[in-house]
Amino acid sequence: MAHGPATLADGWRAYISRWVFTTNHKDIGTLYLWFSFAMFLMGGAFAMVIRAELFQPGMQLIRPEFFNQMTTMHGLVMVFGAIMPAFVGLANWMIPLMIGAPDMALPRMNNLSFWILPFAFAILTSTLFMEGGGPNFGWTFYAPLSTTYAPESVNFFIFAIHIMGASSIMGSINIIATVMNMRAPGMTYMKMPLFVWTWVITAFLLVAVMPVLAGAVTMMLMDINFGTSFFDAAGGGDPVLFQHVFWFFGHPEVYIIILPAFGVVSQIIPTFSRKPLFGYSSMVYATAAIAFLSFVVWAHHMFTVGMPIAGELYFMYATMLIAVPTGVKVFNWITTMYKGSLTFETPMLFSIAFVILFTFGGFTGLMLSIAAADMQYHDTYFVVAHFHYVMVAGAVFSGTAAIYYWLPKWCGKMYNETMGQVQFWVAFIGFNIAFMPQHFLGLAGMPRRYADYGLQFADWNMVSSIGAFIYGGAQIMLLYNVIATIRNGKPTTEEKTWEGAEGLEWTVPSPAPYHTFEKPPEFK
Amino acid sequence: MSTESSYYVPEQSKLPIITATGMGLMAYGAASWVVSGGSMIFTAGLAIMAVVMFKWWSLVIDENMRGLANDQLKRSYVLGMLWFIFSEVMFFAAFFGALFYLRVIVNSWLGGDAAIGLFDDTPTDAAVANNALLWPGYETAWPPMVTPDEAANGANATFIGPDEAMSFPGWAKLLGWLPLWNTVILITSSVTVHIAHTGLKNNNRKQFIGWLALSVLLGMIFLVLQVEEYVHAYQHMGLTLESGIYGTTFFLLTGFHGAHVTLGTVMLLIALIRAIKGHFSNEDQFGFEAASWYWHFVDVVWIILFFVVYVFD
Repeated sequence: MAHGPATLADGWRAYISRWVFTTNHKDIGTLYLWFSFAMFLMGGAFAMVIRAELFQPGMQLIRPEFFNQMTTMHGLVMVFGAIMPAFVGLANWMIPLMIGAPDMALPRMNNLSFWILPFAFAILTSTLFMEGGGPNFGWTFYAPLSTTYAPESVNFFIFAIHIMGASSIMGSINIIATVMNMRAPGMTYMKMPLFVWTWVITAFLLVAVMPVLAGAVTMMLMDINFGTSFFDAAGGGDPVLFQHVFWFFGHPEVYIIILPAFGVVSQIIPTFSRKPLFGYSSMVYATAAIAFLSFVVWAHHMFTVGMPIAGELYFMYATMLIAVPTGVKVFNWITTMYKGSLTFETPMLFSIAFVILFTFGGFTGLMLSIAAADMQYHDTYFVVAHFHYVMVAGAVFSGTAAIYYWLPKWCGKMYNETMGQVQFWVAFIGFNIAFMPQHFLGLAGMPRRYADYGLQFADWNMVSSIGAFIYGGAQIMLLYNVIATIRNGKPTTEEKTWEGAEGLEWTVPSPAPYHTFEKPPEFK
Repeated sequence: MSTESSYYVPEQSKLPIITATGMGLMAYGAASWVVSGGSMIFTAGLAIMAVVMFKWWSLVIDENMRGLANDQLKRSYVLGMLWFIFSEVMFFAAFFGALFYLRVIVNSWLGGDAAIGLFDDTPTDAAVANNALLWPGYETAWPPMVTPDEAANGANATFIGPDEAMSFPGWAKLLGWLPLWNTVILITSSVTVHIAHTGLKNNNRKQFIGWLALSVLLGMIFLVLQVEEYVHAYQHMGLTLESGIYGTTFFLLTGFHGAHVTLGTVMLLIALIRAIKGHFSNEDQFGFEAASWYWHFVDVVWIILFFVVYVFD
């Protein structure tokens, strides 16, 4: 590859082997990003099926069994297939550029981490076509629904989770090794861009909790096939044990999803405020504090399970504590904007929307953390609304912001600003129409994961479905914008695409050369 | 931070995609194996994995022997191994945590005497009702020789408790207690690995290879004894995977530990073969050190396991 990466002009064989055999962090980052977008569209299609069925009361389009498979697969695909790989893709592209490294620390393992994913999701998706249907027990796969009463395809789900976990652990070890070992001279820990900081903490969380998820699915596998009784009270086990093990993984998992999003926003807001990030070190410590707290709050997902009152109180107060470091971050973003020379390009719009909507989602989270009140909210659409505000307006908005922000650096072409802003407004409005009414539905008592509902919920469900279709349309616009930029975007060669941008990634040409920093740069 | 003037970035490689294919086949094959009984796909995946892992590590060793691996890359390998061991720690944490929860909390709920608070032993009404209505006759006990199912349903139960547990048999029978000997063997093997390491550091090849070979042997003896213990449990103690939560936790914890001892023994064996070939020196010994860290890790897991699974009942 002396002349650089193979292009289509070199023939199909060379082009395909470039992507399949690559050890280049930019190629692998690109693969992750496209894969996650494909999964995002697939998970989105599942969501469209759900919202179409819920457009009116009664069963119109699908059977309830299939509805359950759709809610389950939507959650699994979005969490493990769309959001997580999207941020790993950003990490692959940006971390070496940001710390002045030539590549990731372990490039071949990096390629392996990616290529496990298509196999894992092929296995997971194939369950939909199996006898008895795909997983139908919700993305949290509580036992005994996922063990005693599960379709046979649950075994395929279990092993898909296993290899997905292996991929995540290897990817995370790679990121940790890269950050600890590959920083350019002068790049001390407390000078690293915040995106790098949030990712190294995320990677630590992943290495800590993916093995616990592996443990949970292994216990399921044993219970289903080998007669053990982890989750069966008849043998001396307990279905609640599953919830404890799952949420010991699951709560850090939601921070795994949101922390890199914090990092992205912490890069973008200073750029378009033309001011350095306010309170850099407090941002780092707040991120670490959130990560630590994520290990000690898991049972707030289980307030209605029948916990002793001491447990309820502990998990309630510990959960509320998370609002403190999160508040530190929100105030820091706002203070960064305060008295800045603000401009509102597409990445900034998505970032500001992130701050507003994520804070909103954080507040509903605070409501849910009140154990006594949660008895009412638990498993209603209020919870669905809450976590879509933090997952979609949080993680997905910041991911979209990242795409617009770094796209010129990736492909040397500028996106069309008007198109970007139109996409933002469609996404923003569609999102709020889709999910804001779900708060009302939940407070009025509509349970989540139901294929049908009482007539009193009809109006807001119809509104929510319309919003969901608009939001789905916005993603097609995003895809169009990205492809249009790559094919016909206005070429840009300047290193610094954005006037206020700081950091090593803006010292290399656009598009970033295939190999960067073969000699370590000096960083002051 | 980087101290190198230039980096080593490997060429394109076919190894990862083959590995991923092998893993995919193993995952799909394992699932279809438990569902419909055929192990063909799984075996194919396993074969691919075995070959590609051999090739991959051979390549890494070869790169190192040719001096391509600079100090920075070696530090990356060290970090990779340490964080991998950390992930293994968390895997065991899940099972130890489950054991703790089942023993301390679930057991007293099933037996109807879960206390009302930390300082008040009065059973909660919910626990009493749970016991009386669902599992009448079940009494909180560890090891539970009778399952709740058995206590409530007698001979119709699905889960029948074991006839005997693996517990500490009393001081009189101490010397005939297999787990004690396994503990002695594993701790000794950690010491022998350390002595081998000292030999390597002092350029004492004979000490290095001799004590390393002894460590591998001890690992193998441990595994043989573990198999012997399982056979005994199944044939003479009525202790199986199906005998309720005691059999479940016993076999899963010791089984996963045994699997890790197997992996550790293979790693030490490979280190031994490489040692005989003269791959290691007192400056360049990561392959051996990684295996020895892993070995100390499985040793520590065993010590915890010995106390919480065998001794304290």
